[in-house]
Amino acid sequence: MTASGLAALPLLELTVVLPLAGLLLALPLGHHGARATLALAPIILLVTALLCIEIMWSGAPIERVAGGWDVPLGIALRADGISGAFLLTTALVACAVAVFQAQGGQDGGATRRSTFWPLFLATWGALNAVFVSGDLFNLYVALELLTLAAVAMVAYGSTEAAMRYLLFALSGSLVFLLGVALIYAGSGTFDIGLLGSAGAGDTAMTVAAAFMTAGLLAKAALFPFHAWLPPAHGNAPTPASALLSALVVKAPFFILVRIWFDIGPETSGVLMQLLGYLGVAAILYGSLLAMRQERLKLVIAYSTVAQLGYLFLVFPLAGAAQDLPWTAGTWSGAIFHALSHALAKAALFLAAGIVIEAVGHDRLQGLAGLARDLPMTVFAFGIAAVSIMGLPPSGAFIGKYLMLTGALAGGHVFLAIVMIGGGLLAAAYLFRPLRLMLLAGETQPAKAIARRRQVVPLLLALAAVGLGIAASLPYALLQIGRSLTATEGIE
Amino acid sequence: MSTALVYALCGASLVGVGLYGFITRAHLLRRILAFNIIGSGIFLLLGGAGSRQGAVSPDPVPQAVIITGIVVALSLTALAVALLVRLVEDTGRATLPGEDASRDA
Repeated sequence: MTASGLAALPLLELTVVLPLAGLLLALPLGHHGARATLALAPIILLVTALLCIEIMWSGAPIERVAGGWDVPLGIALRADGISGAFLLTTALVACAVAVFQAQGGQDGGATRRSTFWPLFLATWGALNAVFVSGDLFNLYVALELLTLAAVAMVAYGSTEAAMRYLLFALSGSLVFLLGVALIYAGSGTFDIGLLGSAGAGDTAMTVAAAFMTAGLLAKAALFPFHAWLPPAHGNAPTPASALLSALVVKAPFFILVRIWFDIGPETSGVLMQLLGYLGVAAILYGSLLAMRQERLKLVIAYSTVAQLGYLFLVFPLAGAAQDLPWTAGTWSGAIFHALSHALAKAALFLAAGIVIEAVGHDRLQGLAGLARDLPMTVFAFGIAAVSIMGLPPSGAFIGKYLMLTGALAGGHVFLAIVMIGGGLLAAAYLFRPLRLMLLAGETQPAKAIARRRQVVPLLLALAAVGLGIAASLPYALLQIGRSLTATEGIE
Repeated sequence: MSTALVYALCGASLVGVGLYGFITRAHLLRRILAFNIIGSGIFLLLGGAGSRQGAVSPDPVPQAVIITGIVVALSLTALAVALLVRLVEDTGRATLPGEDASRDA
């Protein structure tokens, strides 16, 4: 098939339409929704992969307007390299979670309920809609659909955690919407492309962007808005935890990148510094709390708080002055980190889910010696942990390396030290459960877990490492549609 | 006073009233109502932004956006109320732990 053949297919629209159509289909199917989802998931993965190939082939962002109405009246869908990378990572994680869940044991509890599959597809569809939206209001709607599905999945585990999450999310979305309204009042359009090409904009634009940023921080659980995350992610059922921690919190970050790098409102740099220092606080605070947890899933959830902090370092490193030679590399590094974290974090939560299924709990002290009976799961946990720590050859290592290069080149020595220190802290909190599981101990799994189920987190963890080994292809994909040229890149 | 200014001032007052309720009240139903009041205020601001253009007919985009926004707010409110009902059934309280509804005079 040629590039023009691919272009004739409505791939961009299908990435959103297929999950949402599946959601409508799965709703009346109830318990049979698993079969429908399992049939649909590979198709969505294929569509996403083809879309990425089309983006790579054409070397330019793909744009469609819905319903034939042109911008600014109509709604533009737009997929550039970063959209493609996030879409593909989402599809990989979602497929893994679907396979993991569909093979689940009889005791799956909350997630055996007939409502899980519609929520799963709603999450996937909303994520894809965020990644391909070319319009700020559309982003708002997609983000709200995502919140709706995510809060409902958290409610399987704990109503209280879901309520707390919802309150954070509601205030966040209101502040975001206020920013969107201000942008419209100032410029008369919601379209990101039009806003970006209009130039740096005025003070009103910066104020509006600051509002949107504040709203998104609450949803992205950046320190000090992180309080809702650990109970929500730590108590949700396994597949929900994996989706929430790996993907859902990345959507607000993705929108922030769109706002500050694609629209690019004028900024004095102070706001960018502030985001960076909040990121530093998140790395330190999240890591320290992760070390003090007594439950495996809470360790992983606090690790998400810490790792999200890294992503926000991109703003001081590359946000204020976007024309420096290392900016493109630093920016790509942060995206690499986000993608690699998505794969590795999903692997960690699925591995933790296997542990819980096998021994019935996730208290760290009761896990000693588990490696004897669940070698594959503990191995997957270890590989994913390597990726979270950012050791070579994982994708997170490439991400951290690129960000470190940018930090040192730009004279941000303090941020560079925090980045290295954060890796050591990650090692400390992840070695604790690993060491216990590898120790000689008496823990006997109450239940055997099928190997074909244990292999799912292992594949995800290997994918996170593979992202680092075969880094040049995703790196090239990320540059498509960027105005910055990667003068100092991965070489 | 122009029409747009009336919209803007009304919207800003609603956002203020709602924000006050959202922050000071512990009872979750009051907070959900406060969320709706803030939302209405923001929709008024958006509507005002549409009339600002000075054209003969108002800009249709904010109106379409407001209708969509109302649908989104309605769905989120429905979810929040459903969660609240579940929370009251489970715990017998309509507040989050550590907060006390009795201070809501």
